[in-house]
Amino acid sequence: MQKAKTLCLLFLAGTLSGCATSGGNPSDPLEPLNRAMFSFNDTVDDAVVRPVAKAYRAALPGIVRTGISNFFSNLEDVWISVNDVLQGKVQQGFEDFGRFLLNSTFGIGGIFDWASEVGLPKNNEDFGQTLGSWGIGTGAYLVLPILGPSTFRDGFGLLLDTQTDLVFRIDGVRVHNSLYLTRAISNRANLLDASSVIETAALDKYAFVREAWLQRRRNLVYDGNPPREKEEAEDDSR
Amino acid sequence: MNLFRFFVAALFIPIAQAQVLAPDVLVKTITEEVVAILKQDKDIQAGDPKKVADLIDTKVVPHFNFTRMTRIAMARNWRSASPEQQKELTGEFKTLLVRTYSTAISNYRDQKIDYRPLRAKPEDTEVTVKSEVKQSGSSQPVSIDYEMEKTPNGWKVYDVKVGGVSLVTTYRDTFASEVRDHGVDGLIKSLAAKNRQGERAKSGKS
Repeated sequence: MQKAKTLCLLFLAGTLSGCATSGGNPSDPLEPLNRAMFSFNDTVDDAVVRPVAKAYRAALPGIVRTGISNFFSNLEDVWISVNDVLQGKVQQGFEDFGRFLLNSTFGIGGIFDWASEVGLPKNNEDFGQTLGSWGIGTGAYLVLPILGPSTFRDGFGLLLDTQTDLVFRIDGVRVHNSLYLTRAISNRANLLDASSVIETAALDKYAFVREAWLQRRRNLVYDGNPPREKEEAEDDSR
Repeated sequence: MNLFRFFVAALFIPIAQAQVLAPDVLVKTITEEVVAILKQDKDIQAGDPKKVADLIDTKVVPHFNFTRMTRIAMARNWRSASPEQQKELTGEFKTLLVRTYSTAISNYRDQKIDYRPLRAKPEDTEVTVKSEVKQSGSSQPVSIDYEMEKTPNGWKVYDVKVGGVSLVTTYRDTFASEVRDHGVDGLIKSLAAKNRQGERAKSGKS
């Protein structure tokens, strides 16, 4: 709930400061605000999140980490299948729900991902993508506290994703708090390699992450086959 | 040491030119070769940056068109750069991309790579080779797409998209704002500074 409130406040702040545009990227009118939030997140990541994720990776063997990652991934498959259907991909919806059934039973609560082995690959869907598939634009780029890069559309999608989160349904505040924490660490640990690549690659980390995030989301909305952007061809002449 | 590298390169080039491999075959062959070396070589597994760099220089770099990559990243600013500046830019950008690639590849831990069948007509001069990498520790495969063009010297890669994110166009914003604020020379300078900083980090670690 607290998270939802924070998000609402942020939307409000976003709309209010929407007129204070800066010169840079048209998809990022809130750049000064976002940059501040980005560097705050970076500081938290440097000080706490990344070291914990590194320790987690060092402490647990790969097979255990895969199991933990699979467990959380399995719980997501229910909401993923709902989003499939909302996007008109009914067959994929059945397949993703089938993944959930198969992995929850034979995969012992989702620890093993047998479904991928038998030809039901994991899909990546969320409500932000569903909104995108309905033709709703991303809105301004938005860096959320702790949660990181997003957009107005995807931030709104995230609100619904959070409400439907199965971990949220598990009884007992302590149980689901520790599950939240484990999931966050597991997710961050999966991104350790990617973040070290970004450190090497980026001249301006903020701009690099923004562009990468926007491209990534666009790619997901089009399920891996986005139409070529006009801009891409521009000045591609020899 | 450079002499050795020269000989390896000299051995490699005639073979590469003798036969024009189909783009998907080329990507697959090179990836498999590189992966095989990564798995065998203990120095590379220990994170020896020089060995990784040599491997990439001889096996990977010849199959990339860095000039085109730089031109795409520069977008409309490419034409405002003089031929010399273009050359310098390409050189610095190449160094940065190669180092990024080295970082990515030294993270390599028994991932499984699948190639999707190539959808192209024989007369096509631009194709996309699609592959998927399954990582341990994560249930979601990551797509790696190679944008390739046909040249007289075989197929060359001009963009790599990881999970739909282009390695090249991701730089556009940064390049554009750098050129706007400090000119083309400013961009060359900051690329060079980034590359020197990367070198220092490397030698500091080993």
